[in-house]
Amino acid sequence: MSPGTVPAVERGVANSATGLRGGTLSLQRSPLERRTLLSALLTCGAWAAAILASIPLVSVLYMLVVRGGARFDFRWDMLVELPPAGFETGGGFGNAIVGTLVMVGLAAVISVPVGIFCAVFLAELGPHSTLARAVRFAAKTLTGLPSILAGVFAYASVVLVTGTYSAPAGAMALAVLMVPTVVLTAEEAMKMVPRITRDAAYGMGCTRSQVIWKIVLPTALPGILTGVMLAVARAAGETAPLLFTALFSSFWLVEHGAVRLMQPTASLAVLIYNFSGMPFENQIELAWAASLVLVLLVLFVNIASRLLGHRRV
Amino acid sequence: MNGHTTTSDGNVVIDCKLQQVYYGEFLAVRDSHVPIEKGKITGFIGPSGCGKSTVLRSLNRMNDLIRGFRFQGHVHFHGQDVYANNVDPVVLRRHIGMVFQQPNPFQMSIFDNVAFGLRLNRYRGKVSDRVEQALGRAALWDEVKDKLKNNGLSLSGGQQQRLCIARAIATEPSVLLMDEPCSALDPIATRRIEELMIELKRNYTIAIVTHNMQQATRVADTTAFFSVDMSKGGRTGYLVEMGPTKEVFENPQQKLTKDYIAGHFS
Repeated sequence: MSPGTVPAVERGVANSATGLRGGTLSLQRSPLERRTLLSALLTCGAWAAAILASIPLVSVLYMLVVRGGARFDFRWDMLVELPPAGFETGGGFGNAIVGTLVMVGLAAVISVPVGIFCAVFLAELGPHSTLARAVRFAAKTLTGLPSILAGVFAYASVVLVTGTYSAPAGAMALAVLMVPTVVLTAEEAMKMVPRITRDAAYGMGCTRSQVIWKIVLPTALPGILTGVMLAVARAAGETAPLLFTALFSSFWLVEHGAVRLMQPTASLAVLIYNFSGMPFENQIELAWAASLVLVLLVLFVNIASRLLGHRRV
Repeated sequence: MNGHTTTSDGNVVIDCKLQQVYYGEFLAVRDSHVPIEKGKITGFIGPSGCGKSTVLRSLNRMNDLIRGFRFQGHVHFHGQDVYANNVDPVVLRRHIGMVFQQPNPFQMSIFDNVAFGLRLNRYRGKVSDRVEQALGRAALWDEVKDKLKNNGLSLSGGQQQRLCIARAIATEPSVLLMDEPCSALDPIATRRIEELMIELKRNYTIAIVTHNMQQATRVADTTAFFSVDMSKGGRTGYLVEMGPTKEVFENPQQKLTKDYIAGHFS
């Protein structure tokens, strides 16, 4: 449609703010009008900010793929080899991958049940109780906890008690970081389950625990999984809390078929931290490659949980 | 402890003699005697805030879930006071099913929605037969028989509501409470639900809250008219008049009822 179909419609007259001029109707907005300019300006600003915000992410990913990928060059042996010492060439970070998986897994085993039970209390059992208010406040404060303090806590509660740096100590530190995220997102997800859905369950003759386990939790599952995923992703990338709980190791967690958890344990994050500061080209390259693997690992967890969450809908 | 039967009329399934119902300090309903007869549809009508939903939800103790709810009086279900200390509302609700204003299927398959109550009660027979039977009675079977695995929420609003009815009747409760079951539906879906209710009354006793007076005249055998008393500064609902629908609508005994039916009431 051309504007000409309406007779006497004028194009771009600056002072036609009301659209009426000399009795004729103008349905067009002038490109020079103040609000047009302001609108354009704000739109441009929003675009610019969005691009600006994605620069760090894109550049990090770019560097990871270029520098981490260069080292890989379709040789997968570094995924299963032990870290090299000083002037050695080659090597890999197989034990760090295992260590990260084991510690994050242990941390999830600790934090997910605790977090979900805690969220059940907050959302369903005593949402207005003093205890709930205290827990909510604590959880919110803990989400902002400097992660090194979680390490201090695990150091005092596990390392000093057991007398050794270990994978469980690292897992404990990570679990402390994960619990608040799991609690708060799971509570939010459970609160999103509509009142009428609960009514239906009670109306069917469900007890309160049946309403929670059969209806509320399954309905909230995608949201809860998102929270767990966020927590896992954060935990997998944490370095500080592992520095003096799991420490680092150049050996396998599993040796001669026996799992030896109670010993210093390697992790990708600490390996990256250690190797990136070394004066050896080999180690620095490995640090890049390990970073790429870590990011892919987190990405994989992310995608997997999304798929799991969507199947329910 | 409370074994005496209250009614001389043996056809009364639920005898609700409500004295006062409070939400916190708020007196919501007072002095209403609402007997619900077996095999009939009892319609609750009245202006907004007259407590008709409150009365309905008192019958299966759904109001227990609301903080500050207090019930004075008694509700006799087959002669037993449902508010007696030894009555578990969870067990009660398995005998008195409920359909709500908003269709509220569970986030699960159509089949699982209907089977939910059966599984809850550890039904020993063949679940799929009962699911088919319930969906058939709810006039939904033909529309969903090929997609029982689809999510219940993927159905249209009217179908969802019929699914909720199927879910409620699958466990064969003796009474079905319906709280404005058609208010979220279009006229065609409403019509289907109304036909369904008339079908269902052969097997079930039904109590229905409705905003729609035409609906009451179409489906209800007995009509209870509630109104709001604002004389003491509050908004307290009470039963004005109850009787056979035809009489309540054509020959109301109370002026309030007459005015409301004639549309003189806000």
